[in-house]
Amino acid sequence: MVLMNEATASTARTDVSKPAPPVQRAAPVPAPVRISVAGVSAFYGEKQALFNVSLDVPDNSVTAFIGASGCGKSTLLRCLNRMNDTIPGARVDGRIMMDGTDINGPEIDPVQVRTRIGMVFQKPNPFPMSIYDNVAYGPRTHRLASSRADLDDIVERSLRRAALWEEVKDRLGKPGLGLSGGQQQRLVIARALAVSPTVILMDEPCSALDPIATAHIEALIDDLRNNTCIVIVTHSMAQAARVSQITAFFHMGRLVECGPTDQIFTTPKVEQTQDYITGRFG
Amino acid sequence: MRQLTSASRARYFRRQLTDRIMSGLCLLAAAIGLSLLGLILWMLFSNGIGGLSVAVFTQSMAQPGAGGGLANAIVGSLIQVGLGAMIGAPLGMMVGVYLSEVGKDSLFASIVRFVNDILLSAPSVLIGLFVYQIAVAPFGGFSGIAGAISLALIAMPIVARTTEDILRLVPQAYRDGAIALGSRENEVVRKVVLPAAFGGILTGVLLAVARIAGETAPLLFTSLGNTNWSTDITQPMASLPIAIYRYAGSPYGEWVSLAWTGALLITVGVLLLNILSRFSHAAVAGRTGG
Repeated sequence: MVLMNEATASTARTDVSKPAPPVQRAAPVPAPVRISVAGVSAFYGEKQALFNVSLDVPDNSVTAFIGASGCGKSTLLRCLNRMNDTIPGARVDGRIMMDGTDINGPEIDPVQVRTRIGMVFQKPNPFPMSIYDNVAYGPRTHRLASSRADLDDIVERSLRRAALWEEVKDRLGKPGLGLSGGQQQRLVIARALAVSPTVILMDEPCSALDPIATAHIEALIDDLRNNTCIVIVTHSMAQAARVSQITAFFHMGRLVECGPTDQIFTTPKVEQTQDYITGRFG
Repeated sequence: MRQLTSASRARYFRRQLTDRIMSGLCLLAAAIGLSLLGLILWMLFSNGIGGLSVAVFTQSMAQPGAGGGLANAIVGSLIQVGLGAMIGAPLGMMVGVYLSEVGKDSLFASIVRFVNDILLSAPSVLIGLFVYQIAVAPFGGFSGIAGAISLALIAMPIVARTTEDILRLVPQAYRDGAIALGSRENEVVRKVVLPAAFGGILTGVLLAVARIAGETAPLLFTSLGNTNWSTDITQPMASLPIAIYRYAGSPYGEWVSLAWTGALLITVGVLLLNILSRFSHAAVAGRTGG
């Protein structure tokens, strides 16, 4: 398994030759802060899932949340676009600022927040409609296209950015569910890109994919960070090392350590991080 | 393989025997059910096919000895069942959407669900009496529209129940995907959940239509029946079930024969609806790949 991951890592790098390998690139906070999380605690009913978490997510980079199952990394991700609002009994304390506004503020409509933040889930979830309609869903909902030609253009651009266009351009009318798992995941990435989000959240986007499809998605992530901010939750530490510039390590609902990925993986400041990364637990 | 002891061997044969007996009983039960259905169909065809003629579809009911057909009853049934479905199906769908997507496990939704289940099993004669009280007595007369309302009340809980059941089968991942794209609740339901469940809901509606097409009791107190040609929904209206009810109990041979023919027509219609519902489900499932 580890060998397999090494193999996909090298494929991912050769696929995207332009930017330097992400691991070497990370300087301390390379870009302006896009999302600032300050003192966030999250609850599901009585159960507290996050304890006083604070971290900054920089723009034009990939931030990875790692940690064992149930450590709160997905909870924090779902706080960032207020998806937790849909779960009965879920509650968030603390402040999450995005581009200077508190996304939990009383005057903020969660629908507006989600329009600016795309999300990709663990299992590919294309809607049961055609490839075209899947990508056109967001632009249609938010009336982003002024004409049919305009919509066609958005769909093509989004599919190209998701590196799926060449594979599907002759069957845009076919069901999205007819694609392979990796293609479906790129389709939902294209669907998210179609509304030009400034942030893309990915919740273990490769956990249901084979190594080749994983390499495709990772190459795509590296490409997308040039003009978006990406936050990815992953179980695979190799993946975090390959795709991210910033890594945040969570344990039992608390943020243990957050910093440049190469530093977290080579010289972590906290022993617990070291133990997790070297596979002593988790 | 290990040598079986005599005790375990006896147990083995006993289990094998029990298995065979149970399988045989299941097969028997299935055979009884199927042969009863087969007998009904055979009886309908053998008795009803003889009375089938062009006149059945072109002439209204007439006095004994004057020929006549079932045209007014067929058209009356189509009008009342059609109107009933047009009123009952959308209402039922809205109830189903409410239960599955909005109310979910809230107290009010639980009450609605419970009441809907009661309505689902309420005797249809009771529904006829209820509609008599609200739509016949106050307006001073039996009418086709009252018949349609009573049929709608029978269709509504069926459609509500199937709609809720089908919507609950739609994966949560579709809803999450739509919400994450910034859809509002009504957009999630209208644009993603309902289209995904369309085939199943259509099947539910067709089955409800099949069910109300054969209802007799609620029509007795509402549209009453009419031996003349009438498409005026404010007047008493004929229907196939009531025509069968009246004719089958009559002493006239040709009326009894027409009753059989009417029964055959309803049964074939219901059968076609059932087949259609299977196709609609399969066709939509195939189109969406789900």
